[in-house]
Amino acid sequence: MQIPAEEYKKMCDAASKPTDGVRCAVKAFLIGGTICAFAQAMCDALLAFGTEQETADFIVMLVLIALTAVLTAAGVFDRIAKHAGAGTFVPVTGFANAVVSPAMEFSSEGRVLGTASQMFRIAGPVLVYGSAAAVAYGFFYWLFR
Amino acid sequence: MAERIGENTILLSRPPVILGAAAVGTPAEAAGPLAGAFDYLYDSAKAGAKTWEQAESRLQSKAVRLALEKAQLAPEHVQLMLAGDLLNQCMATSFAVRGLHIPLAGVYGACSTMALTLALAAVLTESGAVQNAAAATSSHFCAAEKQFRMPLEYGGQRPPTAQWTASAAGAAVIGDRGEGVRIEAVHFGRIEDYGVTDSANMGAAMAPAAAGTIASFLRDTETRPRDYDMILTGDLGAVGTRLLLQLLAKEHGVSIADVHADCGLMLYDRNVQDVHAGGSGCGCSAAVVCGHIVPRLRARTLRRVLFVGTGALLSGVSPLQGESVPGIAHAVLLSGDSERM
Repeated sequence: MQIPAEEYKKMCDAASKPTDGVRCAVKAFLIGGTICAFAQAMCDALLAFGTEQETADFIVMLVLIALTAVLTAAGVFDRIAKHAGAGTFVPVTGFANAVVSPAMEFSSEGRVLGTASQMFRIAGPVLVYGSAAAVAYGFFYWLFR
Repeated sequence: MAERIGENTILLSRPPVILGAAAVGTPAEAAGPLAGAFDYLYDSAKAGAKTWEQAESRLQSKAVRLALEKAQLAPEHVQLMLAGDLLNQCMATSFAVRGLHIPLAGVYGACSTMALTLALAAVLTESGAVQNAAAATSSHFCAAEKQFRMPLEYGGQRPPTAQWTASAAGAAVIGDRGEGVRIEAVHFGRIEDYGVTDSANMGAAMAPAAAGTIASFLRDTETRPRDYDMILTGDLGAVGTRLLLQLLAKEHGVSIADVHADCGLMLYDRNVQDVHAGGSGCGCSAAVVCGHIVPRLRARTLRRVLFVGTGALLSGVSPLQGESVPGIAHAVLLSGDSERM
């Protein structure tokens, strides 16, 4: 007798070891927190040297992106991210890795149809819906200001 | 002549013989408990190739050449090769076989490919259509991740139910006469789909097909689990294995726990290697069967093994379209004994 789909789903859930949420959250907090603390320290240092807030923010972001790109290329980033989860995914590091990793992966299909065309296969949706959200926000801001 | 018995089992009255079998792997497999079973281990996952796809082709090509060597046959003495892999259009296979000039029938069975190609090769050899046939398959972790999942350097997390695609290949040369392990029966499985939509839980998707094929084979041949030294499933991993044993008990009232083994749980050491629920991919069961099981049958430390290759027949597109994962399982009865069943 074939068991019903709902019962099989229950069996699957019972047989599948769940993700250890608490451990993941603690690791994400520690590693993500370290990245943010490092970025803040860099920002404070730039401000102390007389850099303007806006320029300092910009430099900090560029440094994080560059560091992520280097670590991704060196094959180190994914090993940290495996433990960090949202800790590396949420800051700009996640976005940078999502662009660099497919660019590397698909380089075997050439610079145009490989690297360039596949570069945004993961980050693309963020750009599309991010831009769409910005347009919507701008429209309502213009309407009600 | 092949004789169809019961519902779906084909008995081979003049059992074809595995004349030579070989397994090829990479560093991940070399670090596992079956390292000694491999005929050749590349010292890098790239296997000296430029791309991951080429690397997989090299693994398969090497396995076929080694199997031919062990069978003491030249490629021109093999009239048909049945082979496949996980990549789109069976890319690894086409490029692996390109230089061999053996007639090729490409086969897709996802991770069940080794069992499927062995079964087809056995039936065709026994029928007299060919004298010698080769069965081969391969998979590569990096090529499979690139096609089905995320880029290698992407910083994502894999759930505990995910399995690790073996970067390995296996090949067997089957002949209509000679000494060696015999293929006494084959069973082509049906697709079973119990509605599992999580493509990171392939074990759960394939377990119903494995249970169906095993139960059907036992019924058709009027045998019990203890008539076998081992009932070896392809790559159900930890989750699928648990579900298989439960399904066989609940749906068919059969217990195979005493004789069951799973290639996905044999190839890697889950405590040390980061493979989560176990190994998978065509190369997983291919390497375990060709490198470990066939030699043990030859040495008579195993006498009768029912090898049940399991496959998850999803594509890169189907999960995105909300489809569940269809499972399939094909069985091959391998015997090292001189008496027939």
